[in-house]
Amino acid sequence: MSIWSELIPEFSFEQVFVEPWTEFLDPFIWIFLMGFFVTAACGFLGTFIVWRRMALVGDAISHSVLPGLVIAFLVSQSRDTLPMFLGAVGAGVLTTGLIEVIHQKSRIKTDAALGIVFTTLFAIGVVLVSLYGENVDLDTDCVLYGELEHVTLEPLSSVFGLFEAPGSVIRMGVVSLLVVGLVILFYRPLVVSSFDPGLARSMGMNPAAMHHALMSLLAIVVVSSFEAVGAVLVIAMLIFPGTTASLLSDRLPVILGITLVIAFLGALLGMHFALWLDISTAGAISTVIFGMFLLAWVFAPRRGLLWQVFR
Amino acid sequence: MKLAGESWKRFCGLSFAPALRWALAGVLVLLFAASAEAARISDMQDTNVWEQAIRFFSLRDDVVRTALLGSIFLGISCGLLGSFIVVRKLSLFGDTLSHAVLPGVAIGYLVAGEKDPFAIFVGATVAGVLGTVVVNLIKKTTHIKEDSSLGMVLAGFYGIGIVLMNRIQKLPTGTQSGVNKFLFGQAAAVSPTEVWMIAGVAVAAVLMVLLFYRQFLLGSFDIGFARSLGLPAGLFHYLLMMLLAFTVVVSLQAVGAVLVSAMLVIPAASAYLLTDRMHRMLVLASVFGIFSGVLGAFFSFLGNSLPTGPLMVLAASSIFTLSFLFSPKHGLVSRWRKRRRGQKRIENENTLKAIYQVRESYGFAGEGVRVKDLALRMGETTDETRRRLEKLAAVGVCDLKEIEGKSYAFLNPDGWLRACAVVRNHRLWELYLTNQAEYEPDHVHDDAEVIEHILGEETVRHLERLLDYPAEDPHGKLIPSLADLQRSLTKGSSEDKATGYRMPNQ
Repeated sequence: MSIWSELIPEFSFEQVFVEPWTEFLDPFIWIFLMGFFVTAACGFLGTFIVWRRMALVGDAISHSVLPGLVIAFLVSQSRDTLPMFLGAVGAGVLTTGLIEVIHQKSRIKTDAALGIVFTTLFAIGVVLVSLYGENVDLDTDCVLYGELEHVTLEPLSSVFGLFEAPGSVIRMGVVSLLVVGLVILFYRPLVVSSFDPGLARSMGMNPAAMHHALMSLLAIVVVSSFEAVGAVLVIAMLIFPGTTASLLSDRLPVILGITLVIAFLGALLGMHFALWLDISTAGAISTVIFGMFLLAWVFAPRRGLLWQVFR
Repeated sequence: MKLAGESWKRFCGLSFAPALRWALAGVLVLLFAASAEAARISDMQDTNVWEQAIRFFSLRDDVVRTALLGSIFLGISCGLLGSFIVVRKLSLFGDTLSHAVLPGVAIGYLVAGEKDPFAIFVGATVAGVLGTVVVNLIKKTTHIKEDSSLGMVLAGFYGIGIVLMNRIQKLPTGTQSGVNKFLFGQAAAVSPTEVWMIAGVAVAAVLMVLLFYRQFLLGSFDIGFARSLGLPAGLFHYLLMMLLAFTVVVSLQAVGAVLVSAMLVIPAASAYLLTDRMHRMLVLASVFGIFSGVLGAFFSFLGNSLPTGPLMVLAASSIFTLSFLFSPKHGLVSRWRKRRRGQKRIENENTLKAIYQVRESYGFAGEGVRVKDLALRMGETTDETRRRLEKLAAVGVCDLKEIEGKSYAFLNPDGWLRACAVVRNHRLWELYLTNQAEYEPDHVHDDAEVIEHILGEETVRHLERLLDYPAEDPHGKLIPSLADLQRSLTKGSSEDKATGYRMPNQ
């Protein structure tokens, strides 16, 4: 079967593991960093998203920002951060608004309303991309699995004269720092309102405001990750680190720490994996973190399948 | 109110024609928008839209015939299975399933070495079943909640699928493999073999639903009851899931993995808004499915390279929007109009009641009511009262006349009957609250103001019986009785018609 032998290319340790860190450090370090920032920001925030049963809201938002992005491209004729961001946030707000309207003004249940709204907006986005693909510098591949590798094509820009990095890596780094910083800053209200909204209210917190803040942060993270990982794989980055970590520990600070480790390992292995097989880095990262989840599911102490069987 | 007959119907403004007109206008707008879209696509493709359209609908091309047949059968099975998905609240499960089949498609391609529909069908089905099993296993063996486990299988399997597809495209034969068409669909790439498979699944779905309709229905709405009847509810659940998996898998080529779930959910949700009966929902959803499928295939054909899936979804969403707005019972606009009608009715009934009260203050002497007296009674200017009376005149229960420089309002028999009925409702209710519910007489008015517009004939009869056919309300005013009202209508003498109603004490 020749097709199978060609499916998996020859493995060269030198080329896959050594060269990215020596000779070709310049492009590969950016791919790695971009992958790490995306997975870390998504995973860190995703831990709370998963706890609040909003995992599929993330799915919906990641799909429905597409028409916002395309329209922003078409209107502003540029890839500037601001119009892109406004378009995506507009689409995100429209999504949640439409879901609410359909859910409240008819007898359609929330799950179906979600399914209707995000697929419709996504379909509009895909048609726009197919029609005006050349003009907006987006194609359907990017929508489906992102183009994380494209960070290497960007010109370097300097950060306060300290070091130079591609613009999107800097942007994603700022977003991850923002996510981690905000979560640490609002740790107590976030935790209390996630686990017990009633208690939070009695303590003088505002769980509704917390919910909206979290949704906005989710929208920001999803939008900034969109070009790197596409509409679907964002879900992997959002859900896997948090759930995997929750199989390994019961303590939230430890879980949040583990999500960062998972993000680091996922980005690292994913990059090498993608380099070896010549595939989409985002697809490789999501496969790696899926694998990590499977490992944790089977081997985790106390919670793992093996532990449960042989206890 | 059978008494008042036709004019009462008019009074309420009940008529189906406006709703129909609205729906028609909506369809026209849709068609207009669709043709505008088509025009733009043609500009880009430099082909004549009409020629393409004629080519499509004359079915001269084999490709078109295949794509069309495929879309029709696909619409049927998506509509049928989607209906169960929507009523069982499994929409997100459908989404997960449609993403999870992707690695199966790739492996099917690799095993067969080419785009073999059967191998891909088997591979995708296996992957779909595996995905379902993993979701259930995660749910059973960990503390992870269902929505997260759905999301994990969706994204995890999809990621593996993407990795495999990337590799396939790097193969020497990969660029012509057409596996990337499985993501957004291309109806024109549907092969005759695939149409047979789509048709097979559609026929199986229709047969199963016809054969086991009751079982599926019970399992969807009351699983406890189904079990108590001794039905193997689990078996039928798995049968339904199996059919769902088949539907998703055969739809891949035409709709694409990313949007199959939309073709399941949206036509069914549109039908859900239009009917309360499951069998009608199934038929409507299939019709909508066919319509969206064909429309999507058509526009994809017009725009040569456009992916079919998103276009089908957009067609389905347009149907949903129409049904969301104009569904006779659940539609946004319809409900708004109904509310408006109700408000108008209440306003008119209040005017009628005031006319009754003014005539009562005249001791029922004469036939008309002075507009000025009515205005005093209602506490508003004569202009405002005149506008109220004009509204009554518009529904044909009242005439406005100038006699010797003073304006009078005359109710015709229908209007007078209705006025009596409202006053009767009001006073009976006040009496009921005082006598039976032991309210204070001065606390009952506000409650009666609301209920007088709602009480039906049956309830009024019951109230009269309960209160032993009273003649007076708690404030000493006379209650016009139902028997008198009916007598005055059936007798129909000229004298009765003139006053319309004879007082109980006459």
